[in-house]
Amino acid sequence: MLDAKIPAGPLDQKWSKYKSTCKLVNPANKRKLEIIVIGTGLAGASAAASLGELGYKVKAFCFQDSPRRAHSIAAQGGINAAKNYQNDGDSTYRLFYDTIKGGDYRAREANVHRLAEVSANIIDQCVAQGVPFAREYGGLLSNRSFGGTQVQRTFYAAGQTGQQLLIGAYQALERQVALGNVKMYSRHEMLEVVVIDGKARGIIARDLVSGKLERHFGHAVLLCSGGYGNVFYLSTNAMGSNVTAAWKAHKKGAYFGNPCMTQIHPTCIPVSGDHQSKLTLMSESLRNDGRIWVPKKQNDTRRPNEIAEEERDYYLERRYPAFGNLVPRDVASRAAKERCDAGYGVGSSRQAVYLDYADAIQRYGKIELGKQGLDTADAATITRLGKEVVKEKYGNLFDMYEKITGENPYEVPMRIYPAVHYTMGGLWVDYNLMTTVPGLYALGEANFSDHGANRLGASALMQGLADGYFVIPYTIGDYLADEIRTANIPTDHPAFVAAEKEVSDRINKLMGINGSQSVESFHKRLGKIMWDKCGMARNAKGLQEAIQEIRALREEFWKDVRIPGAVAEYNPELDKANRVADFMELGELMCMDALDRNESCGGHFREEFQTEEGEALRDDANYMYVSAWQYAGTNNWQLHKEPLNYEVVKPSQRSYK
Amino acid sequence: MEHYNMNLTVEVWRQKNKDDKGGFKSYKVKDISSEMSFLEMFDVLNEQLVHNGEEPIAFDHDCREGICGACSMYINGKPHGPWAATTTCQLHMRAFKDGDTIVVEPWRAKAFPVIKDLVTDRSAFDRIIAAGGYVSVNTGNAVDGNSLPIEKEKADSAFAAAACIGCGACVAICKNSSANLFIGAKVSHLALLPQGEPERRTRVINMIEQADKEGFGACTVTGACEAVCPKEISIANIARLNKEYMNASFSSDK
Amino acid sequence: MTWKQVFTSTIGQKLVMGLTGLFLISFLVVHVGLNACIWADDGGKMFNQGAHFMGSMVVIRIMEIGLFIGFFIHIIQGYALTAYNNSRRGTAYRVNKGYGSKWYSRSMGLLGTLLLLFLIMHIWHFWVPSRITQDLPEASYNPEHHDLFSRMILVFQDPIVVVLYVLGCISLAYHLAHGFKAAFRTFGVHNSRYYSTIKAVGYAFSVIVPLAFAMMPVSMYLGWVK
Repeated sequence: MLDAKIPAGPLDQKWSKYKSTCKLVNPANKRKLEIIVIGTGLAGASAAASLGELGYKVKAFCFQDSPRRAHSIAAQGGINAAKNYQNDGDSTYRLFYDTIKGGDYRAREANVHRLAEVSANIIDQCVAQGVPFAREYGGLLSNRSFGGTQVQRTFYAAGQTGQQLLIGAYQALERQVALGNVKMYSRHEMLEVVVIDGKARGIIARDLVSGKLERHFGHAVLLCSGGYGNVFYLSTNAMGSNVTAAWKAHKKGAYFGNPCMTQIHPTCIPVSGDHQSKLTLMSESLRNDGRIWVPKKQNDTRRPNEIAEEERDYYLERRYPAFGNLVPRDVASRAAKERCDAGYGVGSSRQAVYLDYADAIQRYGKIELGKQGLDTADAATITRLGKEVVKEKYGNLFDMYEKITGENPYEVPMRIYPAVHYTMGGLWVDYNLMTTVPGLYALGEANFSDHGANRLGASALMQGLADGYFVIPYTIGDYLADEIRTANIPTDHPAFVAAEKEVSDRINKLMGINGSQSVESFHKRLGKIMWDKCGMARNAKGLQEAIQEIRALREEFWKDVRIPGAVAEYNPELDKANRVADFMELGELMCMDALDRNESCGGHFREEFQTEEGEALRDDANYMYVSAWQYAGTNNWQLHKEPLNYEVVKPSQRSYK
Repeated sequence: MEHYNMNLTVEVWRQKNKDDKGGFKSYKVKDISSEMSFLEMFDVLNEQLVHNGEEPIAFDHDCREGICGACSMYINGKPHGPWAATTTCQLHMRAFKDGDTIVVEPWRAKAFPVIKDLVTDRSAFDRIIAAGGYVSVNTGNAVDGNSLPIEKEKADSAFAAAACIGCGACVAICKNSSANLFIGAKVSHLALLPQGEPERRTRVINMIEQADKEGFGACTVTGACEAVCPKEISIANIARLNKEYMNASFSSDK
Repeated sequence: MTWKQVFTSTIGQKLVMGLTGLFLISFLVVHVGLNACIWADDGGKMFNQGAHFMGSMVVIRIMEIGLFIGFFIHIIQGYALTAYNNSRRGTAYRVNKGYGSKWYSRSMGLLGTLLLLFLIMHIWHFWVPSRITQDLPEASYNPEHHDLFSRMILVFQDPIVVVLYVLGCISLAYHLAHGFKAAFRTFGVHNSRYYSTIKAVGYAFSVIVPLAFAMMPVSMYLGWVK
């Protein structure tokens, strides 16, 4: 039975009680304790910085050339916090409730409540670091609204909130580097966890420049390595984003929680051809003003401007009159897929829908007309004024769209299609953020804990920073307090030697295959299987097929992959091969998890389980649990269930009609 | 927008490792779609190389959304290629036409040594930030976010400076390989905000000292950095850096 | 931070360039003002009187030493900085089109070298005879004064010299076009309101002053001034 170690007591007092009663490590002992942090995104950078500040000896690792490049940097919209600066009824409870409901009742109450509690501290901390959040004319912080909520609680820095928050955390990290509390290892990839006497005691990392394997000891290891959306090949993740660190941990005993829970973001720029290696997200904020439609006629090849108003199907407004274009991400994505599958898609690929700003331009144009006191204006003036307003609000996004597609979105409706964006699943962790391997923690997107089956916009940044700045500094002390007597284990310990050998054997095996197909081509094929059969809509038959196909692909990979270059040098193809090999194992587990979960909830939609109107049909009686998978050898996993007990919130069917 | 395919010649700097002398190699790529991004064209070329048993071209890239700052190609004499305010990853092949020859070089600066092919070591930027590009506030020390109102115009200017992605294009184009646009952006960001005030003087002195140690040149205000910056960081930030430096150094106690 | 540290850092060295540069600019103002007296149409009397004042007034002579020091520092620091900056690239780019900057802002070292050559010639023509060898004729109106004016007319009868002077003035124009505004950037003028004014003044200065200088040999050669 999995023990989530949730503190006893009323929900809203669990965390404060925990903080006042958890074990502490005195400053003199902190200096002797070493902590390894993998990844330097919001979770990793904030954790490394905070732990360095506390006086621990920290080693931080990232595969990028600088910790500032972690993919948290690409988050656009904002970060939620229950500050209630807008006096609109926000509170810790409401943020907690919205997150639980948004996650379709598959998240752990205690963790989510803690997240909501510390959310306000995050904003304060970031402001103190000099993060330039958007402000009102009075000099106070500005807020915007986001999907799935009725209050304005999202703090933002134009469309670059993730960048500004990450740079803040990165600077705090670099400060600790300068002070000697953190040692930074850039261009290093973690390839194995070293477990000694059942506890995580270090890692094997590869210096990506020299190709050398290194052994690093730590009293604890923190995995802040992000999500695994790149298993789909095409996603909004960075090219380097990977599951390797988490997967190695999984194979060393850490359970994997809810692997099938992936978020498909509805507003991405569609695939333009086979060459495509990456998808680009357009901020959710675009759905505030844009209207989504497809032609009413199937296989309509006319240009969008030639299709008359009455021949357009504004399907979100039609299906969900209450929320219209602002339904949550999972709902919007599925609706787009449904239309395209039914033959109403647009663009040369027919796999896209229109996001149209023509109405917004007219609306803003008329408002502007009134503001400027012009009463006799022609249509051209209204359009011009409207375009100016839209440009001010969304100019950078429109520019990006134009750069990528070559089309002017002020004149022609944008084409959008859903794309893989975020993974709610991840390493299973308890309330302390510890995995099932003692001393091995998972923070941020790398863990499964806070978003259930669907994440709300602007909550990923919140969780990453909450884990790193405000949760781990307490919970790790509770563990390390009992480790002060553990002297540093020399890295010539047999466990280190064995782990390094395992890694080097695997690398040599990969290099020795010398087959005929590129790593990229395998990744593409894996992605296609995953997208077609474990993507936005899944069914038992498809999932079973996918498992077989992935196994066959994996076998082919290990027989026929070709990796040019050598081991002892900078070799990005080898790095990629290491990652893709892990994705192929993960893909199978994701399909197994999706097959096990005979219900539809949040981002997980099983075609067999839907209402008559095609909405997700949850099965609380049988599936109100977290699936935690234990690795049990090749192609073999054992399922453990963590039941979800809702003490405060009463689950109900989500409706956006 | 009409799509078209093109055949191109790409001349790329190849260098096995930091000790290798390196040189240009010419490659032909066929049927490149005008809809591809520049890096997707490189992906195609690399697949071709792998297929032919050659080593693919190493280049830094990650987010491919123009924000992480990893991509760094010097294309036909301009960092990040012909488009204004664009990173290499956001450059698309529409910028080129059939039959073009494209010359791709790594960033060139002694402070950014080449690691392999088009990959350079930009860790000097990290060390410059470590020298002072932060506000020394430990986690948990913060007061309420709204306890310190900041004039909107100043907050906006601070944001505009903070938009720097640390790609190093400014160093790459600068005839002196000066890093002052990068440093100026960070110094301005923090000098414009009250949070940066307590460390205002030491920050600028230490960051410049570190940059000099790394071997970046002096800024002679040619303006090339501003012209190629993918995030359009203004050269006024360099002037502010100079002002901060004068204020700090002239008023020094020693 | 010691003064040595301040002025040997990259920014400090640029400050030295800017400060000495502005000092030399102020010298240009005096120089062009005085030399403009050749156009007084009085056979050079006003000009010669001015030159006599400059050569005999003790304060001015002391300031002249300052001027030489200013030139010296500007030149030495300029060469040192240029050499350092040029060494920062390492391997050169194959394609180097100088994107985003004006040729003259990238060529301050070259323009400065041309100006240095010009300066040597210029000193040889006028400063050496008037201050060192004292081999100038007496002014017609006062035997105590040198007739520098007639020496100018004499020197500028040679078309090659005139061309060299004009080329020197063109170098000066481009050197100033960058140097004037860049100095203020180095002094920290970031405010766009002030900077746009400075930029306009700088461009005007870099056209008007060198043009005036260039017109002197030209007008003497063409006989407009007698």
